[in-house]
Amino acid sequence: MKQTPAYTLYHPKWYRKRVSTWWWTEQWRSFKFILRELSSLAVIYFVCLLLWLMWSLGQGAESYAEFLAWMKEPWMIASNMIAFLFVLYHSITWFNLAPKAMPVRVGGKRLPEWMIAAPNYIVWLALSAVVAWLILAG
Amino acid sequence: MPKRSNEPFLWSLFSSGGMIAALMVPVLLFLFGLAFPLGWVKAPGYGSLLKLVAHPLARLALFVVCSLSLFHGAHRFRFTLYDGLQIKHLNELIAFFCYGGALVGTALAAYILWNVP
Repeated sequence: MKQTPAYTLYHPKWYRKRVSTWWWTEQWRSFKFILRELSSLAVIYFVCLLLWLMWSLGQGAESYAEFLAWMKEPWMIASNMIAFLFVLYHSITWFNLAPKAMPVRVGGKRLPEWMIAAPNYIVWLALSAVVAWLILAG
Repeated sequence: MPKRSNEPFLWSLFSSGGMIAALMVPVLLFLFGLAFPLGWVKAPGYGSLLKLVAHPLARLALFVVCSLSLFHGAHRFRFTLYDGLQIKHLNELIAFFCYGGALVGTALAAYILWNVP
């Protein structure tokens, strides 16, 4: 019997250079990208806090007081601070990305990016003020 | 017939959730996570906060914030694992746990918000 080894065609597309798990530490740009992606954890963390607050509201005044006391723990304040910075980073990168994702053309010309980003910031400030007023005025 | 991709639908949840989170989360986290505990501003009393949340629109808004933010977070975290840590062979499993988690969170949010008196 003749043993002929199978001939594998040359496929340049099959060649993948191995990428290190830490590829994103090599460049500031990609590091910022990963920081932005990690803001997802801060958003999820916030939803957990919000649901905890709502649950304690449903349980009664004592439970709400306990929630407020928990929030005063130093490590809670520290993690809230970190989450807040990430969430801020998410908001800023999100608003700045809007003009790139949906460029607006007027008369065949692209509007400058700040003209699309600016309304986002205005709505953000206005909405934040309304929410803060609703919570604090009660 | 080619299989339809779910990605556009998931992406629409991601992007609407990203917008809602960008607009609403910083102010809420700042107030409840930093300003009230550190005593910069006095925390609202139980009665007044309950009165605010009792309004159906406030509850609906909170539900939308919770649910869409979770889907946004799930989608982004899925790609953090995919691109960042290069875990590509577990794609289906990771997607299942990310979106499944967001679904469970949405159900939990509905249950909790429904039961606030």
